[in-house]
Order: sequence, then structure tokens, then C-alpha cells
Amino acid sequence: MAVFDYAPAPESRSIVDIQPTYGLFINGEFTDPRSGECRKTVNPANEEVLAEVAEADASDVDVAVRAARQAYETVWGPMRGSDRAKYLFRIARIIQERSRELAVLESIDNGKPIKESRDVDLPLVAAHFFYYAGWADKLAYAGFGPDPKPLGVAGQVIPWNFPLLMLAWKIAPALAAGNTVVLKPAETTPLTALHFAQICQQADLPPGVVNIVTGGGATGAALVAHPDVDKVAFTGSTEVGRQIARTVAGTRKRLTLELGGKAANIVFDDAPLDQAVEGIVNGIFFNQGHVCCAGSRLLVQESIADELLERLKRRMATLRVGDPLDKNTDIGAINSAAQLEKIRALSAAGEAEGAQRWSPPCELPARGFWFAPTLFTGVSQTHRIAREEIFGPVLSVLTFRTPAEAVEKANNTPYGLSAGIWTEKGSRILAIADQLRAGVVWANTFNKFDPTSPFGGYKESGYGREGGRHGLEAYLAR
Amino acid sequence: MRGDVQRAPENPRRVAVRKTYKLYIGGSFPRSESGRSYPVTSAAGEFLANAAWASRKDVRDAVRAARAAFPGWSRATAYNRGQILYRIAEMLEGRRAQFADEVRAAEGVKRPVAEQLVDAAIDRWVWYAGWSDKIAQVYGAANPVAGPYFNLTTPEPTGVVGIVAPAESALLGLVSVLAPVIVTGNTAVVLASEERPLPAITLAEVLATSDLPPGVVNLLTGRVAETVPWLASHLDVNALDLTGVTDAALAVEAEATAATNLKRVLRPPTEPMDWLADPGLTRLTAFLEAKTVWHPKGT
Amino acid sequence: MTATAPLSDTLADVAASDASLRAFLHGLPGVDQVGADARAAALRTRSIKTTAKAFAIDLAIRMVDLTTLEGADTPGKVRNLCAKARRPDPTDPTCPPVAAICVYPSMVATTAAELAGTGIHVASVATAFPSGQAPLSVKLEDTRAAVAAGADEIDMVINRGAFLAGRYREVYDEIVAVKQACGDAHLKVILETGELATYDNVRRASWLAMLAGADFIKTSTGKVQPAATPPVTLIMLEAVRDFFAMTGRRVGVKPAGGIRTSKDAISYLVIVNETVGDAWLDPRWFRFGASTLLNDLLLQRQKLASGAYSGPDYVTLD
Repeated sequence: MAVFDYAPAPESRSIVDIQPTYGLFINGEFTDPRSGECRKTVNPANEEVLAEVAEADASDVDVAVRAARQAYETVWGPMRGSDRAKYLFRIARIIQERSRELAVLESIDNGKPIKESRDVDLPLVAAHFFYYAGWADKLAYAGFGPDPKPLGVAGQVIPWNFPLLMLAWKIAPALAAGNTVVLKPAETTPLTALHFAQICQQADLPPGVVNIVTGGGATGAALVAHPDVDKVAFTGSTEVGRQIARTVAGTRKRLTLELGGKAANIVFDDAPLDQAVEGIVNGIFFNQGHVCCAGSRLLVQESIADELLERLKRRMATLRVGDPLDKNTDIGAINSAAQLEKIRALSAAGEAEGAQRWSPPCELPARGFWFAPTLFTGVSQTHRIAREEIFGPVLSVLTFRTPAEAVEKANNTPYGLSAGIWTEKGSRILAIADQLRAGVVWANTFNKFDPTSPFGGYKESGYGREGGRHGLEAYLAR
Repeated sequence: MRGDVQRAPENPRRVAVRKTYKLYIGGSFPRSESGRSYPVTSAAGEFLANAAWASRKDVRDAVRAARAAFPGWSRATAYNRGQILYRIAEMLEGRRAQFADEVRAAEGVKRPVAEQLVDAAIDRWVWYAGWSDKIAQVYGAANPVAGPYFNLTTPEPTGVVGIVAPAESALLGLVSVLAPVIVTGNTAVVLASEERPLPAITLAEVLATSDLPPGVVNLLTGRVAETVPWLASHLDVNALDLTGVTDAALAVEAEATAATNLKRVLRPPTEPMDWLADPGLTRLTAFLEAKTVWHPKGT
Repeated sequence: MTATAPLSDTLADVAASDASLRAFLHGLPGVDQVGADARAAALRTRSIKTTAKAFAIDLAIRMVDLTTLEGADTPGKVRNLCAKARRPDPTDPTCPPVAAICVYPSMVATTAAELAGTGIHVASVATAFPSGQAPLSVKLEDTRAAVAAGADEIDMVINRGAFLAGRYREVYDEIVAVKQACGDAHLKVILETGELATYDNVRRASWLAMLAGADFIKTSTGKVQPAATPPVTLIMLEAVRDFFAMTGRRVGVKPAGGIRTSKDAISYLVIVNETVGDAWLDPRWFRFGASTLLNDLLLQRQKLASGAYSGPDYVTLD
């Protein structure tokens, strides 16, 4: 029994009004799906059913794309940039005003701790809309020509790990550049997207500029394949990304993909150790490890490996796993039963292949989907847990002897999304960053995001960048 | 109706509470330390108000306030500055009718034109607010030097900027010279239009009630010919925007004086300005320093 | 830092000379300033409510070194403060007493007399507090006088000039000498982190003080801004944690100056909890150097008990 026990500190759920059912948001209104089909969305922390959400089929997708096309041709496309900017500023403002409500909703639907949705997700969501609002009337200065034009209608499919933030990353630049959108949120996390649709109504956004079609894989496939979509943007697994790339082959559709990763977090013997431990913990346990750019491989210089692991284990023992709505929770629920099964299976493989598994003592709730933060030592490059994306709170630890070896091992993967470097030596940071084949490199920090900072991967982690001036490119005609 | 902005239009019988117009220095509204004022008339020649007549000591105090505010303002994140400026735009929008009245009286234009100018001023402010977190991406660079060095150029605000606001465009012109200076982190001492200063003071009221830290903007009304030389000679002013100096000889003298500490100088326009046109980047970059840092890349 | 080496071995190797001290201190892991600030800020978001808050408030009260260090101090003022130390809340006898009273050496005799038999410690600043700018002989006499007058805790200041000039051995030797002059009194070593400026220096000064025999390391005199801050305290706690792992000797930590509200105090206790754990959550190993903090703790305590916000009329001004 600890001397200083933190009493429950629950965030109130009453701030958010969850409807029992939600329709599709098309042309500025919520409508029923043509088939009448719907899907339940569940709170992964306790398996409670939250709402029934419409399941869009191909005909619904078609209606949405038509609405987006109409809005593009008659309203949004011809609109002055400074007017588009003002709509985006309105949306950004309303998101700020409703931040707490959206954060609570996100935690309930996704399972992530309220501390993260409140302090990380929501501020970034608002900031993204603010940032791109400011580009809408400055496109001539963005470096893409004196009068860059939008593409038309964008079909966007987003994942369940940062539902509202991924929506912001997609919709803000698309609208700023003058496109209209049809967006499909992930099937397990539709609710913040639907409340975002309400925000579009509050902002008096012209109908058809933003359309939200909820549904599963088939809905996404219909959207990606729709002939009147000019641009496809997808964030999700590499596997599905490949399918989409095949689907758009030979069409006029422009494509950007933000896929999986297996990032190396490299710790040198002269790293600032206490901060490196924080960076490792943040790198793999932030958002339950459901992060494409997670530092899922710890590459530690052999000479300090023992000391670092001792500190890391001691630190992991202070992580609090539990109710996502408790303000002191560090690690929330795994998003779904399916994902939990994948994490379990890969962890079992880790043990079977000979790595040593460790977790701090951890009381997991009885209902809901939970996994204790886990460490594997004695991992080799060939182990499945060193190569495959687990997408959970599981860290694989490998060692290296020299900087060159660290770079070699870090790059020895089909992925290339992100990497971390921990050392006090500035020139080493820059030299190693130069050699890493990764789209985002963090030095003496990790999992830092900003709307001004471009994000995206090399190799099978996808192509295209989101954020920053570069983030406009995908939404402008060449 | 007479061009009197201070009648309550809904109730002409009601005696209006008239506004006083003071200086804006360090977040407060002092009168000139000299105790002087001068009458401001509308474009049609009617008396509007007595405005404070700033002295060299007011200039001195304003520069001191601007300097004190510079470290905090320049070190704020670009996001934070953008948020503060955007909220100022919201407040300007709230005062649209009041500004339209003041612009109408000052410039002698009809009400619809005044409203158009006020709208353009607000939209101009919003445009500049959005530059805060983008100018570094457009004006900075990672330079591909021929060696194993990481070489980065980043723009930084130059410091305290003295601005002579346009003589004729009482609000749109003012906004167009002020917003680009402060959005990048500079602080400002503004000499308002001598004949048409009232919208500037109302703008200062908006700034005072916003989240803009005291001293970031300081506004002086009075005789430009008297105050410009003091601004031009002040060694703690880093740059000078002479846009509103209509007397060519005065402008030349100010620029020559400014050379004492090599202020960055923006000369008055040679042609009449079309304030409604796209401003471009000049007023943003004129008050930025480019800092270039080299760092070796080696294990 | 695995096995615990014998204390004497560690000291012998490291403190032999300026050069060896320098090599050791500069060989400690660096501190990334942004990372340390971020960790401290993250710990501040912990939400401590209800029973946890009540526990933390009472613990914080028990950890207060109630302090008066003014040129204008008189026996009357000090007696008043001692009364407050024994019974902080006149309306509630369940309120615990504080850990210590901290005064200038000239006030020690009065303090010791007032606190005799209460278990509350008598702490005295010494060594030409706060600047430390005096000959060593004067500083040692200052210390001995305070101990002789009845102080059982001594708060000394390190020689910051020598530290910043890299004369580590000189700083070390002074601490060793003062520790000797303390006799049985326990020694807190004030690093004056505001003057050390960098987090790397805070880490090095912490180790230097511990190697020289400090019983406690303390952030500040309270006479210089910035005084105690959460990141500085975090770094000092990491140092005592690592020192304990290496030598088996436990050293206490005292943030002082600028800690005014219960929320501040509680967030420091969270930092202690999540950095070094249970053992340091005790007045024997953690103290707050404060004066106005106590009243805010009492107000919060009253609010928890009654459910309503309290006011300044319900706590005493001493």
C-alpha cells in the first residue's frame, strides 16, 4: 500500500451529450443511411454501448460525393481565400470553446486518458485549424506557384488512434486550399467526427463543404474508388494503404498515405539519462502505444544498457493504468477487442522467440480491453516483435555498439516514419539525423507535434506530408 | 446631420457623453506630460475632439515601454502571438459601427465607403494574424552549404520599431503598417496621423482590453514634424517606418538622423498607396533580422 | 550504479583533488533542460483530491520549516512564530505541528527555549547566510554559536563563487568543515540554485554536497530569485535517489522560497512520490522552507473539513 495514494479524480462525463443514434452528415444535415444499417460504438474501458451510428453504403457515399462536388463548383471553389479563412477560424474557435466536451467524448469513445485528450489532442486540433485558416488567403506565398488551384473533392479515411486530430490533419489543409471533403472516420471511433459535424453547422459552414460518412472498411473502399473523387488521403495500416494505392492506379486521383512504423529510439551512452527514460516511456506508452510513430524499438548503446533498463523499469512501475476519465490515468484502454488480440498474439510470439518479457505489477479492470505496459529484452533484429508493428504498449529492446551500427539497425526495416536520438552531443544528433531514413526525427524528445511541422514517412510508412507549408502540396493542383 | 460622431443617433435630444482621446503608453492612457492638446476636426472642418499633443518626453516614455515589452513579446510562441492578434480582430469586428462612424468623420467619406474601409482593415488584421506562424517557413531556410554543416537561417524581430502612420488612411492604413510589425514579435511606437488620429486611439482602446501585453504597441498623437526627429534620433529604436511622413524634406532628414545607429528605414511611398491592394511581404520582412547558425554534423 | 560501494571508497577516490572531483561531477549524465521542465510540468497535472488531498495537506504541514529571516526579527516575533509552530490552527487541535522553526543564529536561544520538549526542530541558518561571503573562520564560528545556543539543524550556504569558478575542492572542504562544526546537529546545504543557473550545475552541486556529507540538500536562501522551482527540485531528488543507490546513504531535500500555495506544495509532494517514492514522503527526508505557505495549507485544510471556502480572518498572522 503506497504512502501517498491518489484518490479517484474523475472528469465529469455530464459535459458531453451523447445521442443514442447518429445519422450521416451530408450536405449540411444529418440524414439516415439508405440501407438503414447502423453499427454500435462501444466504450473500450467498460464495453458499454455508447450509440448507434449509421453505416454508409456505396449509394450513401455517392450522395456525399455529389454534395461535395456541388459545393466545390458553386460555393467553396469560387470563394475568396479570405472568406474560407474566416470559416476555418470560426471552426477553430468553436473547437477551443468546446474543447473539454470533445476531450471527454474522445476518451470515452477511444479509451485514451483524459489527460492526453485534454492536454495533447484537443489543443493540437484547434491549432491545426488555426494554422491552415491562415494559409487560405496566402496560397500565393506557399511556394507552389503564384496562383495554385485546389483539386476538387477529397475522399479522406482516418484511423481510430487520434480520431479528432486525424480529422483535423485531413480537413484543415484540404479546406484551406479550396477543396471540399468527404471523410470517413474509423468504425470504432466515430463520435468526435460527428460532433465536429455539429460544429460545422454552428459555424454556418456552407452545406456540402464537409461531409462525414460513418462506416466500416466497405464504406472506405467505396469512397476511395468513387470516380468523382479527385484526391484520396488515408491514414491507417500499411496493408490497407497498399490496397488503396492499387485501387487508384491509372486514375487521375492524387494519393497521400500515412501508414505504419517501427521507429527506433536510439539512446547513446552520453544521453541525458533521466530525460531519455521519459522519452522512451512517452515514445511507446503515450496513447497506449497506438501511435504510428511510436518509439517501439529501443536501441540502447550496450555500455549503458543495464543501467538504462534499471531506470526504465523503475519508471514504468509508476505508470497508472485505468479509467480513461480519471485525470491521473497515464495509460488507458486498448481501443478494441480485435486490437487487444493482435497485441496479445505478438507478445506471445515475442516470448516464444526467446525474448524476456517484463511488466510492472499492474491491476487491470475486469471489464473492457486492457494490456499492461510491457518490455521485451534480449530482442534480435529477426524477432517478429522487432519487425512487425504491434500498435500497443509493448517495447522491444535491442542493443548496439557504435553509431554506425545504430543507424544500420534503425534503418533496417521496410518502415520509415520516425526515429529518436538521445545524446548530449549536438553534432552527433545532426549527423545521425542526416543518415536516418525516417520522415520525422526527434532528438532528446519524442512524440512532439505541431501544425507547422511536416509529418510523414519514408518507404512503406507512406508518402506525402501533413502539417506545415508542405502539408498544402497534397491539396493543390500541379 | 452634422458630422458629429458624439450625438447618440437614436436619440438626438440626449446629450452625449463625449469621449476624451489620450495617448496610449505601456498599456495605460496618460495625457501628454506637456499638458498640451490640439483640436481635431472632421474632414468637413467641424470640431471633433481635443487630442493629446505628444512631447519628446512622451516619445521617450513610449520607447522605454516598447523596449521593456520586447523580450516577452518576441519570445512568445508564434502561435500565441497569432492567437492574440486574431482575438484583437474579433474585438475590432465588435466595434465595427463605432469605427465606421470615426472613419466617416475623419476621412469625409460616405457611410458605405467607411464601412468598406473598416471591413478591409479588420480583414487586413486577420491576414497578418495568420502570418505569425508562417513567415519563418517562407523567409527562413535550411541552406545547403558545401560542407558537413547544418546551416539554418531563421528570421527574428529587430526590436523597437518607430512607425509614422499614414496621414490620410486613418484606420486601414494604420492597421496595414502596424500589424506586420508586431505579428513577428517587434514592439512599436506609432505616431498617429496628425489630422485624423481618432480611429487610432479607439484602436488603442481595443488593444488595451485585449491580451496584447502592455507596451507592445504605444500610440502618440500630435505634430508629426515635432515628434519624428525624436523618434529618428533615439538610439534605443531599431527601425523606422516613415510611411506617413508627407513632407519630403522631413523624411530625408529623419532618414539621415536614423543613420546614427543605423536604423532599418522604410521610406515613404513615392506614389499614393492603394491600401486595398495585396500588401505582399515587404512590411513583414523589413523589420526582421535573418540569423544564420552553422553546426557541424559528425558522430 | 548497481552495487552499493562502501561510502569511504567513493569519497576517497572522488574527492582527492579538484581534478578528480571535476572528472566525477562532469561525468554525471547531463540534464536536458527542456525534458526536465516537461517532466516537472507533467507531474503538475496530477489531480489530488479528497482523501489524497487531505493526506497531502497534513503531510505538507508536518514538513514545513516555518521561517523568519529578517533584519527586523525580535524575540517577540520569534516567540509568536513558535506558538504558531506548535498549534498552527487555533480552531482545530487535530492540525499537526510543523517540522521546525528556522531563524538566524541570534534568535536560536529564544527559539530553543520556546520549543523545548515539543519535538519541533530548531533550525538555524549559518555560514554568513545568505551570501556566504566571509572568511571560513567566521562561518565556522557562526555555525558553532548556533549549535551551542540550541540549534539541532544547521542550514549552510555553499560558496557559489568558488563553485562557478570550478574550485570544487574548496566548496567540498568548506562543507566538510561545517559538518564537523555541527557536531550532532544535522546539516542542510543550500545550493542557491538560482545563482547556479543551469540544471547541470544543480546536479553537480547536489552530488558535491552529498559527497561532502550533507544530511539534506536545499535549493535556496529565499533571498534570490528564482528560488525553488519544480524542475530544480526534481533534479535534486534524482540526485539523492542515485546517491542512495550508489552508497546506501539517504539524503533529504528541501525546496525553499517561492512556495506559497497548497497547490504548489502538493505538486512538490507528487514529484517526490513519483521520483523517489515512499521513503522520502516523511519530514525526516523532505521539508518545505516557507512562511506564507502554512496559512494557505490551513485554509485548504479548513475548506476540506467544512466544505466551504475559508478566508484570511480564520488563520493567524504571525
